[in-house]
Amino acid sequence: MTGTNPTVAPSGPNGAPASPVPTSAPGGLVKSVVELDRVVIRLAGDSGDGMQLTGNRFTSETASFGNDLKTLPNFPAEIRAPTGTLPGVSSFQLQFADHDVMTPGDAPDVLVAMNPAALKANLAELPGGGLLILDSDEFTPRNLAKVGYATNPLEDGSLEGWQTVSVPLTSMTLDALADSGLGKKEAERSKNMFTLGLLSWMYHRPTEGTVRFLERQFRRKPEIAAANIAAFRAGYNYGETTEAFAVSYEIKPAPMKPGRYRNISGNQALALGLVAAGQRSGLPVFLGAYPITPASDILHELSRHKAFGVRTFQAEDEIAGIGAALGASFGGALGVTTTSGPGVALKAETIGLAVMTELPLVIVDVQRGGPSTGLPTKTEQSDLLQAMFGRNGEAPVPVIAPRSPGDCFDAAVEAARIALAYRTPVMLLSDGYLANGAEPWAIPDADSLPDLSGAVGFATEPNGEDGEFLPYLRDPETLARAWAIPGTAGMQHRIGGLEKADRTGNISYDPANHDFMTRTRQAKVDGIAATIPPTDVDDPDGDARVAVIGWGSTYGPIGAAARRIRSSGRKVAQIHLRHINPFPADLGEVLARYDRVICPEMNLGQLALLLRARYLVDVQSHTQVRGLPFRAAELAAVIQDAIDTVQPAAVTSAAVNGAPQ
Amino acid sequence: MTTVDIGMPDAPTPIDAAIARSLEQHGPKLTELKGKDLKTDQEVRWCPGCGDYVILNAVQSFLPSLGIAREDMVIVSGIGCSSRFPYYMNTYGMHSIHGRAPAIATGLAAARPDLSVWVVTGDGDALSIGGNHLIHALRRNVDMTILLFNNRIYGLTKGQYSPTSEVGKVTKSTPMGSLDHPFNPVSLAIGADATFVGRAMDSDRKGLTDVLRQAAEHKGTSLVEIYQNCNIFNDGAFELLKDPATGPMWTIPLRHGEPLVFGPDGASCVVRDDFGGLRVAETNQVDAGEIVVHDATRQDPSYAFALSRLSTQDLRYTPMGVFRKVEKPSYEAMMAEQLHEARLQGPGDLDALLAGGDTWTVD
Repeated sequence: MTGTNPTVAPSGPNGAPASPVPTSAPGGLVKSVVELDRVVIRLAGDSGDGMQLTGNRFTSETASFGNDLKTLPNFPAEIRAPTGTLPGVSSFQLQFADHDVMTPGDAPDVLVAMNPAALKANLAELPGGGLLILDSDEFTPRNLAKVGYATNPLEDGSLEGWQTVSVPLTSMTLDALADSGLGKKEAERSKNMFTLGLLSWMYHRPTEGTVRFLERQFRRKPEIAAANIAAFRAGYNYGETTEAFAVSYEIKPAPMKPGRYRNISGNQALALGLVAAGQRSGLPVFLGAYPITPASDILHELSRHKAFGVRTFQAEDEIAGIGAALGASFGGALGVTTTSGPGVALKAETIGLAVMTELPLVIVDVQRGGPSTGLPTKTEQSDLLQAMFGRNGEAPVPVIAPRSPGDCFDAAVEAARIALAYRTPVMLLSDGYLANGAEPWAIPDADSLPDLSGAVGFATEPNGEDGEFLPYLRDPETLARAWAIPGTAGMQHRIGGLEKADRTGNISYDPANHDFMTRTRQAKVDGIAATIPPTDVDDPDGDARVAVIGWGSTYGPIGAAARRIRSSGRKVAQIHLRHINPFPADLGEVLARYDRVICPEMNLGQLALLLRARYLVDVQSHTQVRGLPFRAAELAAVIQDAIDTVQPAAVTSAAVNGAPQ
Repeated sequence: MTTVDIGMPDAPTPIDAAIARSLEQHGPKLTELKGKDLKTDQEVRWCPGCGDYVILNAVQSFLPSLGIAREDMVIVSGIGCSSRFPYYMNTYGMHSIHGRAPAIATGLAAARPDLSVWVVTGDGDALSIGGNHLIHALRRNVDMTILLFNNRIYGLTKGQYSPTSEVGKVTKSTPMGSLDHPFNPVSLAIGADATFVGRAMDSDRKGLTDVLRQAAEHKGTSLVEIYQNCNIFNDGAFELLKDPATGPMWTIPLRHGEPLVFGPDGASCVVRDDFGGLRVAETNQVDAGEIVVHDATRQDPSYAFALSRLSTQDLRYTPMGVFRKVEKPSYEAMMAEQLHEARLQGPGDLDALLAGGDTWTVD
């Protein structure tokens, strides 16, 4: 029996009562197990309640159980906003399923609210009938007043539309830790682990990983480790014995390709991709970076991998970060800088220098809400045009974007490939959603990764007719210039930001030379299209008349929307771009096949602008900048409208909602 | 095969391989150079009479004495007249962007500790747009030598006042005189805990060469302020010190281990003042024991700082020579050491890294 919503009294697909399988729990309680195909859980609490940690642990348990999943951490920029207030609410949503999932879910089925602020901030998004778990201890007059509740929602009947289970999570945690020797304040902090224990019981999650994690995390504070483990177990046991929860849920593992898997976030995957690029090219990786949300975790991760010859340099500012990376590239390293939108603005001049000096450089922009400081912890795709054009002069830079957290790994390797093979800065556009979100990742064999050693090719012999070294003599195929590194005898040369004479690289103010060099730099970047795969089109029947095109992290929501559309009997093609500059060579042709092209973006239509300018296609832009990923249902409605307008005769009566995401 | 220790795992990198291949063709590293070996075929394009020519000549004739091969030297510059320097040196070089040379050189020196890295910059480049990079390079103590050509004016943009111009300077952008108080580059560097700070005059070949040699031999960041005459926009800026009639009166030569006595017939000297600072006194008015004996190696920077404060904006009582020269581990060496330590646990295993954390297998 399969339901789509976990409810205390589950119902079947047609509203018929489900038939839970009774099991007996210790204490003589008879409990039921209901099988579900997917669940969306949102954990919400105060910034200091450890919701991100709880969410990450539940995610790890779920991943190792074998479900497919996607996560959406959502937290404020303030480290500790005033306790119990709305601005201080932090949440973590994940969807897990017995099939492949593409998004963290539009709306939660289950909301865990650790205090009144978390309830108030999230309740509107919990559909009627959804399961609501509350920490009743926190619903004190003071906490209620802080967020403007005139009456206690636990008592005033306002929560009647939901399946509300009010549990004294805090006091039960304190009871469980009565003998731990910890003070009240310290013991209270384990309530997130109590909650995790309860949820682990509810969804039959394996618990060994969390116990191991807590032991490792607090290995220098064994009493804290013991307290957290005790709270975690108490929460689990509470689920098993309480009458408050009569049902637990089973979500079978999702079928996945054979292989070894791990759970991975986008920032982690990106960092590992950079290490892999270093190993596969043979070059030492040099990261120059300045801390910035949401990119700093890449710096943290890379700084742990010194055994791979990775050097990380925390610079005095964004400009020094990229400057040092470019200096390292000049010396023959794989120079990398990581940042977010405001940092890219500061790095613009140095990116221009990298364009002019034609040195390899990977610039990672983990995009966040802008302009200016904007929304540091929220996601957006609004740096595309900055990546494309945000420099003085004609300064073409290849731009690529990953589509999922795990894909950040491959995108990083590809960015390094282009940078090395073409001696060019490459912009890699991740975003806050990819960076912090996580998914199961099939671990690749190191030997199966692209071999980048051929892309390096340091020049060691003079290449001029008179036995001189010409640093701007180009490979006729790639137009990449000869790259000789300091230390190489007989190859001394000078490069810089002034216009270069063709071949010699000497300073040149010659008009014809500037025109030639400007066009050559552009042609070099355009020519990368020859080495990238054709446009990725997902059109199962091959006869869709409407296409949705996206780039970056909208891949999941667009894919989920396309599934809904297809399950309603309609046809839609999904086109997703990894390479945005240059576009795949066949993209114009592909777009011309469709009567209508829709482009959803978390900006005000930046890719749409590029597509319209380049291909004269009347792209319909659908945009949103809420700091959150698109909801699949919303995209499905937009696509359905387009399909039904283009092809009224073919309209089926089926609604698009309700299908799996 | 010659390998260069750039701190990588044991297998030779493409960097090692490239260097080894080039040496197979060129024979062993050529470390006995002549001045002309360092000249390039590029026409030098400074204004006739510019102090930069003198500095270029001094550097080209002194560098060979260091015994470093041309290919192992890299000169990184920013923007400004002085920053054209790399084009005239037959070494590796990068003429970068305004103010950023110390940052770029930091990355290069950190990634390639085997190289001899030089920065050539000016007062506007280093102290205005690039001030941040300069102080951070100095505090990190990355092994490089920074030559700061100070002409107290913006030359390449045709004559605006600079961050070292004296207050009241009348220029195109300050017709009624400049308002901002200038930096003393030496004080700034000592304030940033620089491990080597010196000052020299463009026209004083011997003094310049002596400071440059000590700077080049110093492990860590060395800053050398070179007073350089811009004969177009700020001609005679250092005349007070250059003129044989006035120079000796206002110049305090710094010689390690010698008493700070200067002026015609040694009439002036430097003594301690009441608040831990230094002041100039008349030699015949003080006991010989009161005269400060110059010690550039004092760890505490207050002495060197006090020395740097003796001079005024109009250059009276300007110490010339090496202010400070202290030993401190250099950044790139410590970075290489951390990589080495990390590798003691075994070189990185990519498969193991990718499979880190909790994993599960699907059959």
